[in-house]
Amino acid sequence: MENMKLKLRIWRQGGKFPQGKFVDYELDGVNDHMSFLEMLDVLNEKLINKKEDPIAFEHDCREGICGTCSLVINGYPHGPMQQTTACQLHMRHFRDGDTITIEPWRSRAFPIVKDLVVNRDSFDRIIQAGGFISVDTGQAQDGNAIPIEKDQASHAFDAATCIGCGACVAACPNASAMLFVGAKVSHLAQVPQGKVEADSRVQRMIAQHDAEGFGRCSNITACEAECPKGISVEHIARLNRQYIASTLGSEKVAN
Amino acid sequence: MPFQSNVPPGELSEKWKQYRSSMPLVAPNNKRRLEVIIVGTGLAGGAAAATFGELGYKVKVFTFHDSPRRAHSIAAQGGINAAKNYQNDGDSIYRLFYDTIKGGDYRSREANVHRLAEVSVNIIDQAVAQGVPFAREYGGLLSNRSFGGVQVSRTFYARGQTGQQLLLGAYQSLSRQISLGNVQLFNRHEMIDLVMEDGKARGIIARNLLTGETERHGAHAVVLGTGGYGNVFYLSTNAMNSNGSAAWRAVKQGAYMANPCFTQIHPTCIPVSGEYQSKLTLMSESLRNDGRVWVPKSQEDAAAIREGRKTGLDIAEQDRDYYLERRYPAFGNLVPRDVASRAAKTACDEGLGVSPTGLAVYLDFDAAIQRYGKSRAHSLNEYNADDLRIRELGVAVIEEKYGNLFEMYEKITGEDPYVMPMKIYPAVHYTMGGLWVDYNLQTNVPGLFAIGEANFSDHGANRLGASALMQGLADGYFVLPYTIGTYLSQEIRNPVVDPDGPAFRAAEAKSQERIDRLMNINGTKSAEAFHRELGKIMWEYCGMARNAEGLRKGRKMIRELRQEFWSNVYVPGRIKEYNPELEKALRVADFLELGELMMLDALDRNESCGGHFREEYQSEDGEALRRDDEYAYVSAWEWDDTEPVLHKEELIFENVELKTRSYK
Repeated sequence: MENMKLKLRIWRQGGKFPQGKFVDYELDGVNDHMSFLEMLDVLNEKLINKKEDPIAFEHDCREGICGTCSLVINGYPHGPMQQTTACQLHMRHFRDGDTITIEPWRSRAFPIVKDLVVNRDSFDRIIQAGGFISVDTGQAQDGNAIPIEKDQASHAFDAATCIGCGACVAACPNASAMLFVGAKVSHLAQVPQGKVEADSRVQRMIAQHDAEGFGRCSNITACEAECPKGISVEHIARLNRQYIASTLGSEKVAN
Repeated sequence: MPFQSNVPPGELSEKWKQYRSSMPLVAPNNKRRLEVIIVGTGLAGGAAAATFGELGYKVKVFTFHDSPRRAHSIAAQGGINAAKNYQNDGDSIYRLFYDTIKGGDYRSREANVHRLAEVSVNIIDQAVAQGVPFAREYGGLLSNRSFGGVQVSRTFYARGQTGQQLLLGAYQSLSRQISLGNVQLFNRHEMIDLVMEDGKARGIIARNLLTGETERHGAHAVVLGTGGYGNVFYLSTNAMNSNGSAAWRAVKQGAYMANPCFTQIHPTCIPVSGEYQSKLTLMSESLRNDGRVWVPKSQEDAAAIREGRKTGLDIAEQDRDYYLERRYPAFGNLVPRDVASRAAKTACDEGLGVSPTGLAVYLDFDAAIQRYGKSRAHSLNEYNADDLRIRELGVAVIEEKYGNLFEMYEKITGEDPYVMPMKIYPAVHYTMGGLWVDYNLQTNVPGLFAIGEANFSDHGANRLGASALMQGLADGYFVLPYTIGTYLSQEIRNPVVDPDGPAFRAAEAKSQERIDRLMNINGTKSAEAFHRELGKIMWEYCGMARNAEGLRKGRKMIRELRQEFWSNVYVPGRIKEYNPELEKALRVADFLELGELMMLDALDRNESCGGHFREEYQSEDGEALRRDDEYAYVSAWEWDDTEPVLHKEELIFENVELKTRSYK
């Protein structure tokens, strides 16, 4: 379809809209080969040409890997397609005449910067709390000194593939970031190098998660359904086991 | 300004070792006092910031992203080279060095490249220690694959997301240093000028992108790890916000820009689909391990495909031209990127392109699916497997190896690459050119260093696949943390830099004036529209093939566009607020100068080498014609608004013989 016409309901906040509200826009000339963000580019170009305030939305790589884009489209974080970031969503999945609602991530721990842009510094602070292996540059032994079983390395990778976008939080009725935390805890706990600090890591990261104002996990698993990288809630289960074991069996609780 | 390569004396293989043991050190008590600003948090900047923090320096790190983890290094797919020789296939540090020099078409510095090959092995060890989940074999050891321009398997990888995993490793190490208080993070801050005092780099002016306020930050040294400038072409595989501004601001303060015309056009990208296109997507070079590149032999078939009357599947085997295998039998589909890109352009220029625009060739996995299918069937004892079963097994193998890339292709094009051959076309991907640096990675401005893609140092006129990650991490983890000591050891007597001094105030006022000027133009065209026009000029006259006449014309067009920009751009919103359009306008303003310098550099270089192909200089069979007697130099440009000045650093080759590069 070369020339689709769309109705867009877009959340505007900041500037002229201090409280935040939905504003309706009509857009025609949309091509089905366009990406969703290219469709927004076209709208913004039109707004700028009319000297109106363009819609602020964040994006960067447009290849589904940097984790910057963060749109709730028709109620779904990153839109209706499974395992697809908003930047990888294409207009061929929409129809002429559709009304599309676009909102930002909504969570207390992700305050709104402007329109569809939110502040995700809380994710960085969770990683800073312990989402690493304490090894200085130059201390490493030969890369092949510790063999890691192929499947185990692959499972660690499945967790490490998280792009830190925050869709899990946007999907969760409790605004919990447990899938994000679980992915990092699970990645590092599944490689031998990461086992040394596993107990203190899980304790510190969970403490920071709670301090940031994210909600608790109640096993709804909407996070897995909406995760653009298809990260499984298995990793939350692994995090829970680790957390409980570290609370019971170790003196290294959060400090 | 000093302009010496400062390559240490001695045998090539001993230089770095000897130099490392004899360079001046900074004692721990002094490190605590010395401040270093690092701009950029990709592989180079992130690794450097983490390592400097570990060493005990006071570090301030800046990124315009919301998080250090978003830097564009994250998008690198294929892998990272290292001369580990784990495959026992004859690899060595010398071979990696030689391949890189040759791949770069003999336009890089021997000593820098050898050092890169030496430290490559440490990078893999470091990344494994950080928990980077590299691909492994059944025995649990690290797996390798092969990349273009190379006849060994030395590329380490993490599925098709190697850049992501390596960047997260650096990001996590950086996060640890932030939590320890050794590094202060300024996210959503963009460097808008370099501050000079007494001829030295002493700090930066940054714009807080959330509030729009300008800030002054002082330090004993400034490091730029701000990536490449490929977005000068508007359409490229770079992320939308990647830009050349930090480096360009340094150039405006006297730093030299080296080899700006050396641009890498990557052969395997998803072709352009329309005017609205905002960026191009790379399909990893690793695909050329198994994919075969072809076009139809006849123009009639190609026209039928373009008009939708036929598809690639309708073209019989004998009517296909696997032109890379035909022209370059020794390397076949794995020739270096510049060679593969030019060959694709030649095929399309001959009217053999296979997309509606005529600008695409096929990358076909059918042979690999058959081969892997048969092999898998054999190992499963299915000796009588029929074609369908073989196909099914083969597809499964391809999915394991390249699943995420195939998925990405299908999302973007809506076509299933397991059935239909992929359509690909070259696109701008990487810039070998960058800030001129000496052996210490210091620019000609004392106290200003450049690392990773932001400098020019290691890739000559063409970068080999899987070498960008290697260079970024080498500079950040294992080179600059040593070499910066040669400068900082001289700074121990200097007090903490005062960001309220007159030089800082003046630089800040100048930055604010520039922003005011932009906002007050109040014209009729968006920054994006200017950027798109600039990109078209760059691609047309300074793209895959260049000639003197076109370059002169292109330069003139850019100058006119720049004039129009400064009189007719419209930037919405206000200065003191979150304003992405203002960010964009500032970047486009810089691209409009950088683009002109690229044209000028391409015009000066009357030869063809690597990614720089001048139509006037080619052999009878259309291969690049290098002219070593006259052009074996690095061109280092000093910017001037009317006529930039060229400085030449002669390249001296003591260890390799300059040969015509042949992949036949």
